[in-house]
Amino acid sequence: MKTLQFILKKLTGALITIVAIAIANFAIFRIAPGDPIRMMFKDPRVSTEQLQAMRVKFGLDKSIGGQFIDYVKQLLHGNLGFSFWQKRPVADVIGDRIGQTLILVVTALVIATTLGIILGAISGWRNGSKTDRTILSLSLVLYSIPTFAMGILLLLVFGFILLLFPLGGITTPASGFTGFMYLKDVLWHMVLPAFSIVLWYVGEYILLTRSSMVEVMDQDYIVTARSKGLRESVILRKHALRNALLPVVTLSGVNFAFAIAGVIEAETVFSWPGIGRLTYDAVMKRDYPLLQGIFLLFAVSVVVANFIVDLIYTRIDPRIKTGAAHE
Amino acid sequence: MSNTKAELSINKKRKQKIRNQKIKDFLYLLIDHKMGKIGVGIIVIFLFVALAAPLLRTVSPHQSGNASEILIPPNSQFILGTDDLGRDVWSQVLYGSRVSLLIGFVSALATVVTGTLVGIIAGFYGGILEEVLMRIVDFFMMLPALPLMIVLAAVLGPNIWNIIFVVTLISWPTTARVVRSQVLSLKERPFVEASRCIGAKNSFLMFGEIFPNVVPILFAEAVIMITEAIYAEAVLSFLGLGDPVRMSWGSMLHFAFDSGTMARAPWWVLPPIVSIILLIIGFSFLGTAVSDILKPGYKEKKGL
Repeated sequence: MKTLQFILKKLTGALITIVAIAIANFAIFRIAPGDPIRMMFKDPRVSTEQLQAMRVKFGLDKSIGGQFIDYVKQLLHGNLGFSFWQKRPVADVIGDRIGQTLILVVTALVIATTLGIILGAISGWRNGSKTDRTILSLSLVLYSIPTFAMGILLLLVFGFILLLFPLGGITTPASGFTGFMYLKDVLWHMVLPAFSIVLWYVGEYILLTRSSMVEVMDQDYIVTARSKGLRESVILRKHALRNALLPVVTLSGVNFAFAIAGVIEAETVFSWPGIGRLTYDAVMKRDYPLLQGIFLLFAVSVVVANFIVDLIYTRIDPRIKTGAAHE
Repeated sequence: MSNTKAELSINKKRKQKIRNQKIKDFLYLLIDHKMGKIGVGIIVIFLFVALAAPLLRTVSPHQSGNASEILIPPNSQFILGTDDLGRDVWSQVLYGSRVSLLIGFVSALATVVTGTLVGIIAGFYGGILEEVLMRIVDFFMMLPALPLMIVLAAVLGPNIWNIIFVVTLISWPTTARVVRSQVLSLKERPFVEASRCIGAKNSFLMFGEIFPNVVPILFAEAVIMITEAIYAEAVLSFLGLGDPVRMSWGSMLHFAFDSGTMARAPWWVLPPIVSIILLIIGFSFLGTAVSDILKPGYKEKKGL
């Protein structure tokens, strides 16, 4: 019962946030300078009457309130507007790119989380040792290198100098690869962009797991487990790590939002044809409707990711069932 | 009457003395801390570079060269070579430090001021005011930072003050949250109660009694905010949203990347990358040192 209440509360919060995001998204793009219709038809031969007709067609002659109602109506029908640059619906442009971005993000985050948790657990377990200090300063340095800077460095060293990996894109152009060869080609192209994301996240996950681990190590139940004479590896796996991972799970929702930043930077550097590179192109082309659609997608996916984390939490945190967890 | 005045002035002097001693202790601990030492060293070097840029430069960073001066490797005239318009890379790197530091410091200041005001007011008054303010904070924290910054910077136009505004807008909620949780416990403490009993106004309680106690945490917050602002500026400029008038390290990388000559001109790409990384490392090391020092018991362990 308590669990259901918790889920309902989080669901309401998520829905309210999504509505607020839609309102903010509408408002932000009303500050944009210039006439959107003029930007769409740069040709001076288009007459004022024709422009006015387009304005009526897109509903831009209405009041702000009327425009907002139209915007919400369109949104509910899954219509995100019309891209000036690509001359087709924003939803289609974005839809073509989602798959490529998901492959990259999921691969990078799985590698980063695994590596980060292992290294962070070792570091926190051996708190104060030389291994700990080495891992700690390494992760601080990695965490300080922006993804795009790491990307450019990797591109220069492994792409241009050592010629080990392709310079960009997702497949070898006109290779005609199919099946297994195609998959191999995509993975080969993914190595550098994925690692420029991984190297930043690893730093973050190490720092997170480590500090959580250090906190857990001081708890009474670890002392109890030790005094029972359990083996160190058993204490590490069954007692320490399991509890230390709780905050790491919470933050993976927040990290999803950070992952978006990494994706935009890495995809831009490596011309990876996903949403991140699309963001860069939309900025360069000043294609506001496309940018608006991308922002909506990013913001809503962060809210959804956080909601999913809350759901996972109901399963792993016993305090929710008893109603002890408030926030 | 004059007696109490004299006492007050003695009291003030004593407070001043304690504060000076505290700052001295803090600086000592900072230099004593291994990461703190490295961080401070790096930051001091960049501050020097930023201030002395006009003396250290060879040519103006904006001056384009003629056709024979395009993309030439480092030599005696151009220490770090030239870019695709024949502009001197060394001077651009020198002046780039000004943009990063300016944006870092101003955004951090604006963030800390806004976040502190909201945090103190929300924590002190409580009730509906707190509820509303914290909902706004939660909403901002939920938004994906980089996409929001990109969208706003694109809509508002590329200019250093817009970047500062955008960075502040996405950072203040964190500070507000930290400050509020501090205020919640501070306002129940006896010294605030005592001050209230002798008739102190709310504004004095908030800014005269509570505020001095959050200053150490604000310092730690400010260092983190500087780091994040420098990071954010670099990313936005790299994505082509930098101020075209004030060339930053991020914009240098944007132009190098956009021109497609990156592989042919590593001297153009590496200096800004190394500068960005070093400066961010400097501030994150300083941040780590500051948060270590502020941990309860650290001072005593070091014998102070």
